[in-house]
Amino acid sequence: MKGHELSETAIAGTLAEAGDVWAPHRSLLGWVASVDHKQIGIMYMVAALAFFGLGGIEALLLRIQLAVPHNNFLTPETFNELFTMHGTTMIFLVAMPLLTGFTVYMVPLMIGARDMAFPRLNAMSFWLQVFGGVMLYFSFFARGAPNAGWFSYAPLSESAYSFGSAQDYWILSLLVMGIGTVAGAINVIATVATLRAPGMTMRRLPLFVWMTFVNSFLMLMALPILNAALVMLLIDRTLHAHFFTPATGGSAILWQHYFWGFGHPEVYIVILPAFGIISEVIPVFSRKPIFGYEFVAASTVAIAFLSFAVWAHHMFAVGLSDTFNLFFAFASMSIAVPTGVKIFNWTATLYGGRLRFTTAMMFALAFLVMFTVGGLSGVSFAVVPIDWQLTDTYYLVAHLHYVFFGGTVLASFAGIYYWFPKLTGRMLSERLGRWHFWLTFVGLNLTFFVQHLLGMMGMPRRVFTYPDLPYWGALNMLSTVGAFVLLAAVLVFAWNLVFSLKHGEAAGDNPWEAWTLEWATSSPPPVDNFTRVPPVRGRRPLWDLAHPELADELRSRAA
Amino acid sequence: MRALDTLNPASPLAAAITKLFVAVLLVLGFIFALVAVLVVVAIVRYGRRPADELPNQIFGSDRLEIVWTAVPIFLLAVIFVFTVRVMHAANPSPASRAPDLLVVGHQWWWEVNYLKSGVVTANELHLPVGQRVLIRLESADVIHDFWVPRLGRKLDAVPGHPGYLWLEADRPGVYLGACAEFCGAEHAWMRFEVVAQPQAEFAAWQQAQLAVAPTPKSGKALAGMKLFAARTCVNCHRLAGTAADQRVGPDLTHLASRRMLAGGAVVNTPATLAQWLKNPDSIKPGSHMPNFQLSDAEVAELVAYLEGAK
Repeated sequence: MKGHELSETAIAGTLAEAGDVWAPHRSLLGWVASVDHKQIGIMYMVAALAFFGLGGIEALLLRIQLAVPHNNFLTPETFNELFTMHGTTMIFLVAMPLLTGFTVYMVPLMIGARDMAFPRLNAMSFWLQVFGGVMLYFSFFARGAPNAGWFSYAPLSESAYSFGSAQDYWILSLLVMGIGTVAGAINVIATVATLRAPGMTMRRLPLFVWMTFVNSFLMLMALPILNAALVMLLIDRTLHAHFFTPATGGSAILWQHYFWGFGHPEVYIVILPAFGIISEVIPVFSRKPIFGYEFVAASTVAIAFLSFAVWAHHMFAVGLSDTFNLFFAFASMSIAVPTGVKIFNWTATLYGGRLRFTTAMMFALAFLVMFTVGGLSGVSFAVVPIDWQLTDTYYLVAHLHYVFFGGTVLASFAGIYYWFPKLTGRMLSERLGRWHFWLTFVGLNLTFFVQHLLGMMGMPRRVFTYPDLPYWGALNMLSTVGAFVLLAAVLVFAWNLVFSLKHGEAAGDNPWEAWTLEWATSSPPPVDNFTRVPPVRGRRPLWDLAHPELADELRSRAA
Repeated sequence: MRALDTLNPASPLAAAITKLFVAVLLVLGFIFALVAVLVVVAIVRYGRRPADELPNQIFGSDRLEIVWTAVPIFLLAVIFVFTVRVMHAANPSPASRAPDLLVVGHQWWWEVNYLKSGVVTANELHLPVGQRVLIRLESADVIHDFWVPRLGRKLDAVPGHPGYLWLEADRPGVYLGACAEFCGAEHAWMRFEVVAQPQAEFAAWQQAQLAVAPTPKSGKALAGMKLFAARTCVNCHRLAGTAADQRVGPDLTHLASRRMLAGGAVVNTPATLAQWLKNPDSIKPGSHMPNFQLSDAEVAELVAYLEGAK
């Protein structure tokens, strides 16, 4: 026994020495040159939150313009630039990097690894993301930002209709980020496949890891479709090819197939990791394991497969054949089933539990209800005739914001309140957290619920202004007021982050009495993450340590 | 409810969609209520248990998994069957029928051609009540989308890919339409109106539209006519009965008979027409109508001429 302990001390010593070599430098150079997954993860998240501010300001300007009919606050060109940048920013510079930040920070910790499989590749992915974002925003200083929408439909995005360099900035920046994303996906797959701690079988993986692992396959297959299409569009614009120009024999619809072939998996790319966060937060604050682990994991795989067969539900109004439309209607309805399975499993996890209403849990509970609104309104778009009426209206704007704001953003807030103590060693203020939560909940519904009605009244989306028809002005004004409530929520959140970073309560290793491996190390974790990884004999290693008599392996069917 | 155009159909094509929409909304509303109630009940029941109580560790239930997989599958299967049915009801196949109208989307206005009578108009489409007409939809530039919520489905106008769309109104009225696909700077003001009229009224309208523009004999209008021919107006516009025969911009033969101007941006009056000619950007910034730096006198002459084109 004694010899065993000695050798362990020796190992710890060697690790500590190795740790010095790899030790993160807290200087600016230390951050810039870092290949540590924790520093890179934090940088991803900080960059994403900064762009969240920019995208939010853009949204506020759009809402001010739309507050009253026949408004002249913004010119149509500026309005079009701002909604193009708002969409592109929120998808590519906020949702993806924020969730990637959670992923590269948490996955190695949750599987008991020291770092990602390819730390340098990880840094490369991050810096490509940053440079892509900077290039996109540089377009504002290069005679105007892109204004053909985040979907950049050809031929509007072609040189005949979008002159100047703005559209080229859009193409190149998305291409740069797209390459980084593919590299990042390979990295996560390799990490989960090869660096799991002893005992961490695939059937014991935390669900967050399951979902980001599956998500990485989605990225690996979806982003190259976009990257290829971007290059084709660039060739069209700069070398005068004719891929997407009908006037010279190209096809405008081809671009839509490519774009949504990427774009619909993309919707799941920015929601699956959010599902992962919810699958961690709800059980911990219900003091129960996730209900139906296998079904939650398997439904993720089902969603991933189906997500590649639903893209043309974005194209029901194009006028393609009934047979074609029905195939995609069928697939799109099918994807509602595994999504529903998740909602019901999360809800069932609450039952019989002892709920603790931390801010993280409140955001997770709000997610359950708000995401359900977005998911259900999504089903109405799978019903082709309803889509014929409501696509490209404010009903769709409402739908997608319930999915992205009610889904991705609420889950991300839950994740930030849940993991901030691990990242920084300090707790976020729960008092400010309440304010943040309630302002967000009210603002979200005020802003977006009324948009369902506007769409049903016939208001198209992407219009810079609108005629003074009955109720249009009043409902738009409500929506704009809601946007300002959301501004207040974000300001409280920002203050909470800044204030708590310096003055928050000390967190300790495991403030939530959570069960996954990231809570088995100090907060923040040392550079090499663990001096010793606890034994993994089930899905909840820290539960097993705390309750040996109730260890999961003794009762879980899957242990 | 009446303001909710999509729930207030004025055509059997739209009514089929509305029925399905209401039914689906009820199903979705029920599922939402179920989830919301389950979450709220859980919050109330399990939110106040003592801190030291360790809940029973439950890992799942295969029976429940089967229920919440099978029930949605059943519901969706039913919805799918109705989807197929309503698709055919709301959008019957045109088969080999020749279209009645050719509608062409332009940045940012709609060209409407009556293929049988030869009437050409813009941003205002007249229909005889109760008659189903087949539209061939094209685009002259980028992708647009033709949508009249109270009359039925929307359809993209895709360059190089013509589409077919039925239009019918079962009672007289003016139905608002809009471009529903983002198409550039003035996408917002690419609106139009569908005027459904009793058969006799429609025939009279059509007859009036076929008349060529009267040639003014004297005064401002005559000066306006000369100005119209001398300036570059004729390079883009058509005015039946004159040498102006271009289709780049809207047909102006009966401009004065239309209710709205500039794709719905303003009501068509002599004053707004004058403002439009003086400075199009003041009404519709970014539109392809150039500012010709006309003097006030020239504007007044052109307005006098075009106001004669009823």
